Amino acid sequence: MFDWLQSFSDWLIYSVFGIENHSKLGDTLNFFVFDTIKIFILLAGVTLLMGIINSYFPIDKVRAFLTKRKWYGLDYFVASFFGTITPFCSCSSVPLFVGFVKGGIPLGVTLAFLISSPLVDAVTVAIFFGMFGLRITLIYVISGIVLSMIAGYILSKMKLESLLTDWVKELLKNKQVVDRNFEEKPPNFFQRIPAILKEAGGIIQGVSLYILIGIAVGGLMHGYIPTGFFEGYISKDNPFAVPIAVIIGVPMYSNTAGILPIMQVLVEKGIPMGTVIAFSMAVVGLSVPEGLLLKKIMTTKMLMIFFAVVTVCIIISGYLFNNIL
Amino acid sequence: MKTIKVLGPGCPKCKTTYNNVLEAVKQTGVEAEVVKIEDIEEMMKYNVLTTPVLMIDDVAKVKGRIADVNEIKALLTQ
Repeated sequence: MFDWLQSFSDWLIYSVFGIENHSKLGDTLNFFVFDTIKIFILLAGVTLLMGIINSYFPIDKVRAFLTKRKWYGLDYFVASFFGTITPFCSCSSVPLFVGFVKGGIPLGVTLAFLISSPLVDAVTVAIFFGMFGLRITLIYVISGIVLSMIAGYILSKMKLESLLTDWVKELLKNKQVVDRNFEEKPPNFFQRIPAILKEAGGIIQGVSLYILIGIAVGGLMHGYIPTGFFEGYISKDNPFAVPIAVIIGVPMYSNTAGILPIMQVLVEKGIPMGTVIAFSMAVVGLSVPEGLLLKKIMTTKMLMIFFAVVTVCIIISGYLFNNIL
Repeated sequence: MKTIKVLGPGCPKCKTTYNNVLEAVKQTGVEAEVVKIEDIEEMMKYNVLTTPVLMIDDVAKVKGRIADVNEIKALLTQ
């Protein structure tokens, strides 16, 4: 799919710049040019697509959809699925949580949404696709959804309602869905385009620096670290590699944009795929700043249970990937 | 006299929206009181799901994204 781009990068680096083919510098620059262009093309495609879906299916509709009828457990899937295509800024997680639960959506389902949303988003999908190809991307997306469903379900069985903070419990006493105060007549497709473009542009602008730094670091590692370098240290056979990677990843706060280009090189240099996926899930899925925000709605005990359940699910999926990939 | 409310827990997007509102008010010369609501408990009274939210006279006009100066100007002069 990107053969033309590889030819272009080869031509640019080896012919135009006249850098020797297969030299370390040449490999590094080639990697940088090729990956940067490829990722930005994919990023534009995916953010636009998600922008269109989102324009027609904003979060209010997701909530209405989920509360409209009885789902008999299928709501875990619906919530996790919409979590992946609905972007929201992490500072929205509290209003979103309260709004969902207040609207009558079960706590576990709400948490499933909250887990899947940062785990699988437009930027992650685009970069995964660019770095690891379609198959791995599909595996990542599907496992992100399944993981959110399972974690949400486990949390719902723990009856955590009593561990919410007092003001949230107070709010939840009268559950209702009201969507007052919002007047907007639905625009047609062409009227939507400027907003969609702007949103997509904003997302790309926000992550581009991280991507460039990530690819630059990845490019250097690609050129200068020998293939298979890490194999001796972090092999599939080491049972502690996944949990250690995840536990290091959880408190880290970064977006996938900066971390994945480096991940790709780590895989190339011998770190197992599952360990890498688990690490990136831990980095984007859970973080200290997110925990601080959630403290507003969850007591410390509930927050710790929430983090623990998600962490364990990520570790398990890491092992799973290491065995199937 | 219009009342403009910007709801958001203080994330960069909310701050940008708030500054855009101030700029739009200045440019249009519309008489308006601009209120920033950062307290989550207060915010939930308005039934918001995503922040920032821009409300003009208690009607939510923009939800979950940054409203730019021109857009706010258009909303103010309607």
